[in-house]
Amino acid sequence: MSKIHVSTTINGDAVEYLCEPSETLLDALRDHVGLTGVKEGCGSGDCGACSVELDGRLVCSCLVLAAEAEGRSVNTVEGMADGEKLHVLQQKLLDHAALQCGICTPGILVAAKALLEKNPDPTETEVRYWLAGNLCRCTGYDKIIRAVMDAAAEMRGA
Amino acid sequence: MRFESPDTIEQAVELLNTCDGISRVLAGGTDVLVQLRLALVEPELIVDIKHIAGMRDITAEDGGFRIGAAVSGAEMGEHVELVALWPGVVEAMELIGSTQVQGRATLAGNLCNASPAADSVPAMVVANAVVTISGPNGARECPVADIVTGPGKTSLGKGEIITSIYLPARVNNSGDAYLRFIPRTEMDIAVSSAGVSLTIDSDGVVTHACVSLGAVAPTVLVVDDAAKAIIGTKLDDDAIATLQAACSAACNPIDDKRGTVEFRTKTAGVMAKRAALIAYSRAGGSK
Repeated sequence: MSKIHVSTTINGDAVEYLCEPSETLLDALRDHVGLTGVKEGCGSGDCGACSVELDGRLVCSCLVLAAEAEGRSVNTVEGMADGEKLHVLQQKLLDHAALQCGICTPGILVAAKALLEKNPDPTETEVRYWLAGNLCRCTGYDKIIRAVMDAAAEMRGA
Repeated sequence: MRFESPDTIEQAVELLNTCDGISRVLAGGTDVLVQLRLALVEPELIVDIKHIAGMRDITAEDGGFRIGAAVSGAEMGEHVELVALWPGVVEAMELIGSTQVQGRATLAGNLCNASPAADSVPAMVVANAVVTISGPNGARECPVADIVTGPGKTSLGKGEIITSIYLPARVNNSGDAYLRFIPRTEMDIAVSSAGVSLTIDSDGVVTHACVSLGAVAPTVLVVDDAAKAIIGTKLDDDAIATLQAACSAACNPIDDKRGTVEFRTKTAGVMAKRAALIAYSRAGGSK
């Protein structure tokens, strides 16, 4: 079976990879591009650990075929920090101790960033609903929500 | 497995029609990718329809809106005029899955997946939505209500693809609503659900109504007795009680881990009652 050649843009850089027709974008990012920030939790769109932005739209990369990324733009957690300088959301998750094992964290960061780009001043309820598809089995969510609210406030002030 | 992303509907139909094995149409992929992963289906061919003109467009047409087969729930929710015209259809679509799933999931996909618990289908049925289908014999139209024939089964023939779903124009003083029961507030599948669309006159009397139920039978139920119960009324308590009883009487659900027959039968009536009140309010009625 012949592999599919995909030309895409990942975190602003032109990237090419070869994939099987049945491989997901999650597989391609981790195994062919070497971006292991994106995590496989459930593989069925329930946990959000594989969240990326596809053409600016928050999606689960496990529910996207790798071949679908042809000509499109993908943003992952690796694109959030500016060199050594963390994104406000990354710093706030650390400040609030809003992670333990860290598996859900890249997905939470990508999802929260997408929220704040769409709605810079969300209510706590809006944050909780937006992140309902990002499961965390460690923190109980409260610190994550506080960190996102704090980051939103700082980004509005900046 | 072969992956194709044709630029025209004719190519897509030809690919599907000439495939001897199992094939799947890919739009949002939120059901297809899960089925692939679980090996519930092992298709020979996947046809991505997102590069075909019109598939990703919401277009105003004759006072209604034509929604391309690859338009996501998130795109529907951001379309102010669509939300204003058919709020119940949009809220039903937006109940499906997480923010991430909303970024990909489509109305046409929810319909073709043919789950008895599909959230958007009861809302589309009361909206009298019409599906446009392309196939080996050209294009045809079909009411949404005639697409799903049973759990996981549709009336679509070999090589046929839904290209768009049309939500018609509304007369003034009309409203629709969709509600489902789930045991938590997000990320779940309907235990029971109801869609209501109605029109009132200048006195607030219901002149037209349609009531549907989801997740309480193999396919969506249209409950004519429930609609009759509120037509000619201002949704007074007696009319609402009759609607609720008619809905519960129509239920033919299964017992499963999400709900018993008894629970589904009761909550379907409650969902219909509440959805009717919301639809009435959206139509401009006051109680």
